[in-house]
Amino acid sequence: MTGNHVKRRLAEDIFFKGIVCLFAFISLLPLFLILYYITRNGIAVIDWNFLSSLPRPIGEAGGGVFNAIVGTLMLIILSGVISIPCGIAAGIYLSENKAGKLASGIRLSVVVLQGTPSIVIGIIAYIWIVAPLKTFSALSGGIALSIMMLPVIVKTTEETLKLIPYHLKEASLALGVPYYRTILKVILPSGISGILTGILLSVARITGETAPLLFTAFGNQFMNTNIFKPIDSLPYRIFYYAMSPYPEWHSFAWGASFILVVLTLALNLIARGISVKWKTRF
Amino acid sequence: MENTVLKVENFSASFGDNRILKDINLTVPRNVVAALMGPSGCGKTTLIRCVNRMHELIPGATVSGRMTLIDEDIYAMQPIILRRKVGMVFQKPNPFPTMSIYENVIAGYKLNGIRIPKPELDNIVEQSLKKSALWDEVKDALHRKGTFLSGGQQQRLCIARALAMNPEIMLLDEPTSALDPKSTSQIEELFVELKKNVTMLLVTHNIAQAARVSDVTAFIYLGELIEFGPTEKMFTVPKDKRTEEYLTGKFG
Ligand SMILES: Nc1ncnc2c1ncn2[C@@H]1O[C@H](COP(=O)(O)OP(=O)(O)OP(=O)(O)O)[C@@H](O)[C@H]1O
Ligand SMILES: [Mg+2]
Repeated sequence: MTGNHVKRRLAEDIFFKGIVCLFAFISLLPLFLILYYITRNGIAVIDWNFLSSLPRPIGEAGGGVFNAIVGTLMLIILSGVISIPCGIAAGIYLSENKAGKLASGIRLSVVVLQGTPSIVIGIIAYIWIVAPLKTFSALSGGIALSIMMLPVIVKTTEETLKLIPYHLKEASLALGVPYYRTILKVILPSGISGILTGILLSVARITGETAPLLFTAFGNQFMNTNIFKPIDSLPYRIFYYAMSPYPEWHSFAWGASFILVVLTLALNLIARGISVKWKTRF
Repeated sequence: MENTVLKVENFSASFGDNRILKDINLTVPRNVVAALMGPSGCGKTTLIRCVNRMHELIPGATVSGRMTLIDEDIYAMQPIILRRKVGMVFQKPNPFPTMSIYENVIAGYKLNGIRIPKPELDNIVEQSLKKSALWDEVKDALHRKGTFLSGGQQQRLCIARALAMNPEIMLLDEPTSALDPKSTSQIEELFVELKKNVTMLLVTHNIAQAARVSDVTAFIYLGELIEFGPTEKMFTVPKDKRTEEYLTGKFG
């Protein structure tokens, strides 16, 4: 071992570290650029008036995204009401029944759903709901989004519950607690942080979805809270404002994007907080 | 017999085709500590899991023969009713992680949805924790999570949880094997105290422990009950050669 050898090794080491840091930095760049542009262009538009007024007809100045915010919240609630119970139940089933026809069926459908392009899910919801009801509706949008949330919730519920030690279940059964109560009162509460995290992440995933809403919720420049009528949403409003030829509407698109990004970011941060803070110590 | 708590007659248990317990006959009298000993894999855990019918939860597990708990046929009872009369303590302490110490003690009532007025619950918690010799250590922290306790304290919490249901018999599967010597001797002293009120079936690998705390001992070998009788007698003049070899550490 000569001194030169050691020096070369050290140089290689530094070179390697440098390369890793460089690529890590490059992969962070898009995030910062997106945040930078959206904040720079979007934040100026945001004021109470923007948040609380409806879109105006072409040619009139001003307008806002109130109906889009309400619509997005309604879509989240609708899709959550459908997908959360189904997803948690399927997750419980998977963690309790590792083998079996139904279990492998659910597993397959989770994989397929996760890989299905969101526009296809939109078309399916169109065929199922919009065509028979003969109208675009919040309901059909909620169903399309719930199909997108479902695989995430099923997967995280299953993974969370699988990590819960078997001896907890035995402790409960040995006290004479019936099986279904053991699942509801011991197993689910022990996995609550993982399950909530999964739900929040799946909500974050669908909040920005536009494609499945194009044929379902459609968009609506008026305020609507009827689930059987077309409804507006933030991503749709961004699309609509951005496609227009008017500079003021372009800046509205930035403003709505800003709201959407802040919402998604907040959901992610809350999810992370819950997964750390509420974690069950076994 | 009035004085018999658990009676096992011609009892066999299997996992699929694998017969683990073969024609066990055993009578456990009231208010004793009965030790179950034998080499690893001989079927001790299987036997006590047959008493509260946890054995049958494993797919493919079957049993034959008779077991009675105070003259009631165990295998004719509803498992969930049976299990409320039979307390179980596991090798590894397993308090419920989402519950406080207080809630852990009354978990048997809470999880079963049995409603009891608060003063009565307070009383059950205090009495059970006193019986398991944990009260003085936790009385000011009843609403902290049970998982913050030390291993030995957690195991005594699990004993309190089982005692709170007023069981006829307690099944203890190597309850001290995951604990340090001090916690172990605390729990051993506890057994001697507890047997005034409850019968205990104690699986142990520790021959000295069986000698210290048990009144009667069963020696199981390859799924057969080789010898069963007063601990003192078995430890001084074992009838069977295999028992003697086990006690002198030739195998196990
Ligand atoms: N879930 C199971 N499925 C199939 N066979 C099992 C199962 N559990 C235990 N066995 C078998 O049953 C036999 C007895 O096991 P058991 O756990 O009752 O032994 P043990 O006396 O408690 O041993 P140890 O002292 O190591 O705890 C073993 O040979 C084991 O291989
Ligand atoms: Mg065992």
